[in-house]
Amino acid sequence: MTHLGYLIAGWGIVLVAMALYAVSLARRGRELSARVPAERQRWMTTPDDADTAGFVR
Amino acid sequence: MAITTAPTDKPVKLVEPGSGTGSRTSRMLGVACLVGVAVLMVFAFVLTEADLVQQDVVRMIYIHVPSAIAGYTGFVITAIASVMVLWKKSLWWDIVAVAGAEIGLLFTGLMLATGVIWGRPTWNTWWEWGDVRLMTSLMLFLVYVGYLAYRRVVPSAEVRARRSAIIALVGVINVPIVNRSVEWWASRTLHQQSSLSDGKLEDLTLFTLAMGFVVFAMIFAWMLIHRFRIGWLEVQADTVGLQAAMAERRAQMEADIDDAVAHPGIGADTNADPNKSGPDDSGPNERGGAA
Repeated sequence: MTHLGYLIAGWGIVLVAMALYAVSLARRGRELSARVPAERQRWMTTPDDADTAGFVR
Repeated sequence: MAITTAPTDKPVKLVEPGSGTGSRTSRMLGVACLVGVAVLMVFAFVLTEADLVQQDVVRMIYIHVPSAIAGYTGFVITAIASVMVLWKKSLWWDIVAVAGAEIGLLFTGLMLATGVIWGRPTWNTWWEWGDVRLMTSLMLFLVYVGYLAYRRVVPSAEVRARRSAIIALVGVINVPIVNRSVEWWASRTLHQQSSLSDGKLEDLTLFTLAMGFVVFAMIFAWMLIHRFRIGWLEVQADTVGLQAAMAERRAQMEADIDDAVAHPGIGADTNADPNKSGPDDSGPNERGGAA
Protein backbone atom coordinates (compact mmCIF):
# COMPACT_ATOMS: atom_id res chain seq x y z
CA MET A 1 0.00 0.00 0.00
CA THR A 2 1.36 3.41 -0.97
CA HIS A 3 1.23 6.55 1.17
CA LEU A 4 0.69 4.52 4.30
CA GLY A 5 2.00 7.26 6.58
CA TYR A 6 -0.47 9.80 5.20
CA LEU A 7 -3.33 7.35 5.51
CA ILE A 8 -2.47 6.47 9.10
CA ALA A 9 -2.12 10.14 9.97
CA GLY A 10 -5.39 11.15 8.31
CA TRP A 11 -7.54 8.29 9.51
CA GLY A 12 -5.82 8.32 12.90
CA ILE A 13 -6.53 11.99 13.51
CA VAL A 14 -10.18 11.57 12.54
CA LEU A 15 -10.81 8.47 14.63
CA VAL A 16 -8.88 9.68 17.66
CA ALA A 17 -10.46 13.14 17.60
CA MET A 18 -13.96 11.72 17.32
CA ALA A 19 -13.26 9.21 20.09
CA LEU A 20 -11.82 11.87 22.41
CA TYR A 21 -14.75 14.18 21.80
CA ALA A 22 -17.22 11.34 22.41
CA VAL A 23 -15.47 10.46 25.69
CA SER A 24 -15.43 14.10 26.77
CA LEU A 25 -19.18 14.33 26.06
CA ALA A 26 -19.85 11.20 28.10
CA ARG A 27 -17.75 12.50 31.00
CA ARG A 28 -19.33 15.95 30.99
CA GLY A 29 -22.76 14.37 30.87
CA ARG A 30 -21.98 12.08 33.78
CA GLU A 31 -20.63 14.91 35.92
CA LEU A 32 -23.56 17.18 35.20
CA SER A 33 -26.22 14.53 35.66
CA ALA A 34 -24.85 13.84 39.13
CA ARG A 35 -25.60 17.46 40.06
CA VAL A 36 -29.12 17.60 38.65
CA PRO A 37 -32.17 15.86 40.16
CA ALA A 38 -33.71 13.10 38.06
CA GLU A 39 -36.95 14.98 37.44
CA ARG A 40 -34.96 17.74 35.76
CA GLN A 41 -33.29 15.35 33.37
CA ARG A 42 -36.22 15.10 31.01
CA TRP A 43 -34.56 16.27 27.88
CA MET A 44 -37.50 17.62 25.96
CA THR A 45 -39.80 18.78 28.75
CA THR A 46 -39.49 20.08 32.24
CA PRO A 47 -42.02 20.13 35.09
CA ASP A 48 -42.20 23.87 35.38
CA ASP A 49 -41.14 26.01 32.46
CA ALA A 50 -41.19 29.18 34.50
CA ASP A 51 -38.74 27.61 36.84
CA THR A 52 -36.47 26.32 34.15
CA ALA A 53 -34.49 29.45 33.82
CA GLY A 54 -30.84 29.23 34.67
CA PHE A 55 -31.24 31.87 32.05
CA VAL A 56 -31.34 35.45 33.14
CA ARG A 57 -34.59 37.01 32.03
CA MET B 1 -36.86 34.34 27.42
CA ALA B 2 -37.79 30.86 28.52
CA ILE B 3 -37.31 27.34 27.42
CA THR B 4 -40.36 26.44 25.42
CA THR B 5 -41.45 22.87 25.56
CA ALA B 6 -44.22 20.79 24.13
CA PRO B 7 -46.78 19.71 26.73
CA THR B 8 -46.99 16.00 27.26
CA ASP B 9 -49.27 13.75 29.28
CA LYS B 10 -47.06 10.73 28.87
CA PRO B 11 -45.46 9.35 32.00
CA VAL B 12 -41.77 10.12 31.84
CA LYS B 13 -39.29 7.56 33.01
CA LEU B 14 -36.83 9.23 35.34
CA VAL B 15 -33.14 8.62 35.03
CA GLU B 16 -30.76 7.93 37.84
CA PRO B 17 -28.61 10.90 38.84
CA GLY B 18 -25.07 10.45 37.62
CA SER B 19 -26.03 7.97 34.94
CA GLY B 20 -24.99 10.41 32.23
CA THR B 21 -26.69 11.63 29.10
CA GLY B 22 -27.13 8.23 27.52
CA SER B 23 -30.46 6.62 26.82
CA ARG B 24 -31.35 3.28 25.31
CA THR B 25 -31.68 4.80 21.87
CA SER B 26 -28.43 6.71 22.08
CA ARG B 27 -26.57 3.62 23.29
CA MET B 28 -27.90 1.61 20.37
CA LEU B 29 -26.87 4.41 18.07
CA GLY B 30 -23.42 4.44 19.66
CA VAL B 31 -22.99 0.71 19.03
CA ALA B 32 -24.16 1.21 15.44
CA CYS B 33 -21.52 3.94 15.04
CA LEU B 34 -18.74 1.64 16.22
CA VAL B 35 -19.88 -1.15 13.91
CA GLY B 36 -20.25 1.34 11.09
CA VAL B 37 -16.70 2.64 11.51
CA ALA B 38 -15.35 -0.92 11.48
CA VAL B 39 -17.29 -1.82 8.32
CA LEU B 40 -16.27 1.45 6.67
CA MET B 41 -12.61 0.68 7.32
CA VAL B 42 -12.97 -2.77 5.78
CA PHE B 43 -14.51 -1.29 2.65
CA ALA B 44 -12.06 1.64 2.54
CA PHE B 45 -8.85 -0.37 3.01
CA VAL B 46 -9.65 -3.89 1.82
CA LEU B 47 -12.47 -4.02 -0.68
CA THR B 48 -11.96 -0.85 -2.72
CA GLU B 49 -9.19 -0.46 -5.25
CA ALA B 50 -6.47 2.17 -5.26
CA ASP B 51 -6.75 5.03 -7.75
CA LEU B 52 -4.62 4.88 -10.90
CA VAL B 53 -3.33 8.42 -10.43
CA GLN B 54 -3.48 9.07 -6.69
CA GLN B 55 -2.88 5.45 -5.71
CA ASP B 56 -3.80 4.49 -2.14
CA VAL B 57 -3.98 8.00 -0.75
CA VAL B 58 -7.35 8.30 -2.47
CA ARG B 59 -8.71 6.35 0.51
CA MET B 60 -8.71 9.69 2.37
CA ILE B 61 -11.86 10.53 0.43
CA TYR B 62 -13.95 8.27 2.69
CA ILE B 63 -13.29 10.48 5.72
CA HIS B 64 -12.48 13.86 4.16
CA VAL B 65 -15.72 14.41 2.24
CA PRO B 66 -18.06 13.08 4.98
CA SER B 67 -16.22 15.33 7.49
CA ALA B 68 -16.88 18.33 5.26
CA ILE B 69 -20.57 17.49 4.87
CA ALA B 70 -20.93 16.89 8.63
CA GLY B 71 -19.29 20.26 9.30
CA TYR B 72 -21.68 22.04 6.93
CA THR B 73 -24.60 20.24 8.53
CA GLY B 74 -23.57 21.39 11.99
CA PHE B 75 -23.45 25.02 10.90
CA VAL B 76 -26.76 24.79 9.04
CA ILE B 77 -28.37 23.33 12.18
CA THR B 78 -26.86 26.20 14.16
CA ALA B 79 -28.29 28.69 11.66
CA ILE B 80 -31.78 27.16 11.78
CA ALA B 81 -31.68 27.07 15.57
CA SER B 82 -30.46 30.68 15.60
CA VAL B 83 -33.45 31.76 13.52
CA MET B 84 -35.66 30.04 16.08
CA VAL B 85 -33.82 31.80 18.92
CA LEU B 86 -34.50 35.19 17.33
CA TRP B 87 -38.04 34.34 16.27
CA LYS B 88 -39.39 32.39 19.22
CA LYS B 89 -37.14 33.96 21.86
CA SER B 90 -36.49 30.40 22.90
CA LEU B 91 -33.32 29.46 24.66
CA TRP B 92 -34.15 25.81 24.12
CA TRP B 93 -33.08 26.44 20.54
CA ASP B 94 -29.96 28.18 21.80
CA ILE B 95 -28.84 24.86 23.28
CA VAL B 96 -29.40 23.25 19.87
CA ALA B 97 -27.46 26.07 18.20
CA VAL B 98 -24.37 25.70 20.35
CA ALA B 99 -24.47 21.91 20.00
CA GLY B 100 -24.54 22.20 16.22
CA ALA B 101 -21.72 24.75 16.21
CA GLU B 102 -19.43 22.73 18.45
CA ILE B 103 -19.87 19.54 16.45
CA GLY B 104 -19.69 21.42 13.16
CA LEU B 105 -16.43 22.93 14.29
CA LEU B 106 -15.04 19.50 15.16
CA PHE B 107 -15.84 18.09 11.73
CA THR B 108 -14.66 21.21 9.91
CA GLY B 109 -11.37 20.92 11.78
CA LEU B 110 -11.14 17.28 10.70
CA MET B 111 -11.94 18.27 7.13
CA LEU B 112 -9.10 20.79 7.21
CA ALA B 113 -6.68 18.34 8.82
CA THR B 114 -7.42 15.52 6.38
CA GLY B 115 -7.30 17.98 3.49
CA VAL B 116 -3.85 19.16 4.51
CA ILE B 117 -2.60 15.57 4.84
CA TRP B 118 -4.18 14.55 1.54
CA GLY B 119 -2.82 17.65 -0.20
CA ARG B 120 0.83 16.92 0.51
CA PRO B 121 1.20 13.79 -1.68
CA THR B 122 -1.38 14.98 -4.22
CA TRP B 123 -0.42 18.65 -4.75
CA ASN B 124 3.07 18.49 -3.27
CA THR B 125 2.14 21.13 -0.70
CA TRP B 126 0.53 21.08 2.72
CA TRP B 127 -1.20 24.42 2.33
CA GLU B 128 -1.66 27.09 -0.32
CA TRP B 129 -2.58 30.52 1.00
CA GLY B 130 -3.98 31.72 -2.33
CA ASP B 131 -6.32 28.76 -2.74
CA VAL B 132 -9.96 29.83 -2.45
CA ARG B 133 -11.28 26.48 -1.22
CA LEU B 134 -8.67 26.26 1.51
CA MET B 135 -9.03 29.86 2.59
CA THR B 136 -12.84 29.90 2.65
CA SER B 137 -12.77 26.65 4.64
CA LEU B 138 -10.32 28.14 7.11
CA MET B 139 -12.49 31.25 7.38
CA LEU B 140 -15.53 29.07 8.09
CA PHE B 141 -13.60 27.30 10.83
CA LEU B 142 -12.42 30.56 12.40
CA VAL B 143 -15.88 32.17 12.34
CA TYR B 144 -17.24 29.34 14.45
CA VAL B 145 -14.22 29.41 16.75
CA GLY B 146 -15.17 33.06 17.25
CA TYR B 147 -18.82 32.10 17.74
CA LEU B 148 -17.98 29.68 20.55
CA ALA B 149 -15.38 32.03 22.07
CA TYR B 150 -17.88 34.89 22.09
CA ARG B 151 -20.38 32.76 23.92
CA ARG B 152 -17.91 32.28 26.76
CA VAL B 153 -17.45 35.98 27.48
CA VAL B 154 -21.08 37.15 27.63
CA PRO B 155 -22.58 36.41 31.05
CA SER B 156 -26.22 37.14 30.22
CA ALA B 157 -27.83 34.09 28.63
CA GLU B 158 -30.42 36.13 26.78
CA VAL B 159 -27.93 38.60 25.31
CA ARG B 160 -25.54 35.77 24.51
CA ALA B 161 -28.23 33.81 22.68
CA ARG B 162 -29.39 36.78 20.64
CA ARG B 163 -25.96 38.07 19.62
CA SER B 164 -24.45 34.68 18.90
CA ALA B 165 -27.49 33.85 16.77
CA ILE B 166 -26.64 36.84 14.59
CA ILE B 167 -23.01 35.70 14.34
CA ALA B 168 -24.18 32.21 13.33
CA LEU B 169 -26.47 33.60 10.64
CA VAL B 170 -23.65 35.68 9.20
CA GLY B 171 -21.23 32.75 9.41
CA VAL B 172 -23.50 30.27 7.62
CA ILE B 173 -23.36 32.42 4.47
CA ASN B 174 -19.87 31.01 4.03
CA VAL B 175 -21.10 27.40 3.77
CA PRO B 176 -22.38 27.59 0.16
CA ILE B 177 -19.37 29.74 -0.74
CA VAL B 178 -16.99 27.04 0.52
CA ASN B 179 -18.99 24.33 -1.20
CA ARG B 180 -19.23 26.06 -4.59
CA SER B 181 -15.83 27.77 -4.54
CA VAL B 182 -14.22 25.08 -6.72
CA GLU B 183 -16.73 25.85 -9.46
CA TRP B 184 -16.89 29.63 -9.02
CA TRP B 185 -13.13 30.15 -8.87
CA ALA B 186 -11.87 27.03 -10.66
CA SER B 187 -8.68 28.75 -11.79
CA ARG B 188 -7.75 29.80 -8.25
CA THR B 189 -7.75 26.46 -6.52
CA LEU B 190 -5.77 23.25 -6.54
CA HIS B 191 -8.82 21.44 -5.27
CA GLN B 192 -10.58 19.12 -7.66
CA GLN B 193 -14.20 19.61 -8.70
CA SER B 194 -16.87 17.77 -6.78
CA SER B 195 -16.15 14.04 -6.86
CA LEU B 196 -19.84 13.26 -6.83
CA SER B 197 -20.96 15.53 -9.64
CA ASP B 198 -18.28 14.67 -12.18
CA GLY B 199 -19.32 11.00 -12.21
CA LYS B 200 -15.79 9.63 -12.20
CA LEU B 201 -16.13 7.45 -9.12
CA GLU B 202 -16.42 3.72 -9.65
CA ASP B 203 -19.36 1.83 -8.21
CA LEU B 204 -17.67 0.38 -5.14
CA THR B 205 -15.82 3.62 -4.42
CA LEU B 206 -19.10 5.50 -4.67
CA PHE B 207 -20.81 2.94 -2.45
CA THR B 208 -18.06 3.21 0.17
CA LEU B 209 -18.22 6.99 0.07
CA ALA B 210 -21.98 6.78 0.57
CA MET B 211 -21.34 4.46 3.49
CA GLY B 212 -18.95 7.08 4.87
CA PHE B 213 -21.77 9.64 4.73
CA VAL B 214 -24.12 7.31 6.60
CA VAL B 215 -21.56 6.44 9.29
CA PHE B 216 -20.57 10.06 9.81
CA ALA B 217 -24.25 11.03 9.92
CA MET B 218 -24.81 8.49 12.70
CA ILE B 219 -21.77 9.75 14.61
CA PHE B 220 -22.98 13.31 14.12
CA ALA B 221 -26.43 12.40 15.44
CA TRP B 222 -24.96 10.64 18.47
CA MET B 223 -22.81 13.66 19.27
CA LEU B 224 -25.68 16.10 18.74
CA ILE B 225 -27.95 14.17 21.09
CA HIS B 226 -25.35 14.08 23.84
CA ARG B 227 -24.17 17.66 23.35
CA PHE B 228 -27.75 18.89 23.50
CA ARG B 229 -28.37 17.00 26.71
CA ILE B 230 -25.20 18.44 28.22
CA GLY B 231 -26.39 21.94 27.36
CA TRP B 232 -29.71 21.11 28.95
CA LEU B 233 -28.03 19.79 32.10
CA GLU B 234 -25.83 22.90 32.34
CA VAL B 235 -28.95 25.04 32.47
CA GLN B 236 -30.60 22.76 35.00
CA ALA B 237 -27.47 22.63 37.17
CA ASP B 238 -27.32 26.43 37.22
CA THR B 239 -30.99 26.59 38.18
CA VAL B 240 -30.59 24.01 40.92
CA GLY B 241 -27.54 25.84 42.27
CA LEU B 242 -29.39 29.15 42.24
CA GLN B 243 -32.41 27.67 43.98
CA ALA B 244 -30.21 26.06 46.65
CA ALA B 245 -28.47 29.36 47.32
CA MET B 246 -31.82 31.15 47.57
CA ALA B 247 -33.22 28.50 49.94
CA GLU B 248 -30.14 28.75 52.13
CA ARG B 249 -30.44 32.52 52.27
CA ARG B 250 -34.15 32.29 53.06
CA ALA B 251 -33.53 29.81 55.86
CA GLN B 252 -30.84 32.03 57.31
CA MET B 253 -33.17 35.04 57.28
CA GLU B 254 -35.96 33.08 58.95
CA ALA B 255 -33.55 31.89 61.63
CA ASP B 256 -32.46 35.45 62.25
CA ILE B 257 -36.06 36.61 62.55
CA ASP B 258 -36.88 33.79 64.97
CA ASP B 259 -33.81 34.68 66.95
CA ALA B 260 -34.82 38.34 67.09
CA VAL B 261 -38.36 37.42 68.23
CA ALA B 262 -37.08 35.01 70.88
CA HIS B 263 -34.56 37.52 72.24
CA PRO B 264 -36.08 40.96 71.69
CA GLY B 265 -33.62 42.67 74.03
CA ILE B 266 -30.56 41.66 72.11
CA GLY B 267 -29.60 43.98 69.32
CA ALA B 268 -32.79 46.06 69.67
CA ASP B 269 -32.09 48.24 72.69
CA THR B 270 -34.75 50.93 72.32
CA ASN B 271 -33.43 52.80 75.37
CA ALA B 272 -29.98 53.16 74.01
CA ASP B 273 -28.71 56.60 73.19
CA PRO B 274 -28.77 56.81 69.39
CA ASN B 275 -25.68 58.97 69.41
CA LYS B 276 -23.74 56.50 71.48
CA SER B 277 -21.73 54.02 69.53
CA GLY B 278 -21.32 50.55 70.91
CA PRO B 279 -21.51 46.88 70.13
CA ASP B 280 -25.30 46.79 70.51
CA ASP B 281 -25.87 49.37 67.79
CA SER B 282 -25.27 47.08 64.88
CA GLY B 283 -27.40 44.33 66.48
CA PRO B 284 -29.18 42.03 64.01
CA ASN B 285 -27.36 43.33 60.97
CA GLU B 286 -24.11 42.13 62.38
CA ARG B 287 -25.52 38.63 62.69
CA GLY B 288 -26.84 38.28 59.21
CA GLY B 289 -28.98 41.28 58.46
CA ALA B 290 -32.48 40.59 59.70
CA ALA B 291 -33.38 44.17 58.87
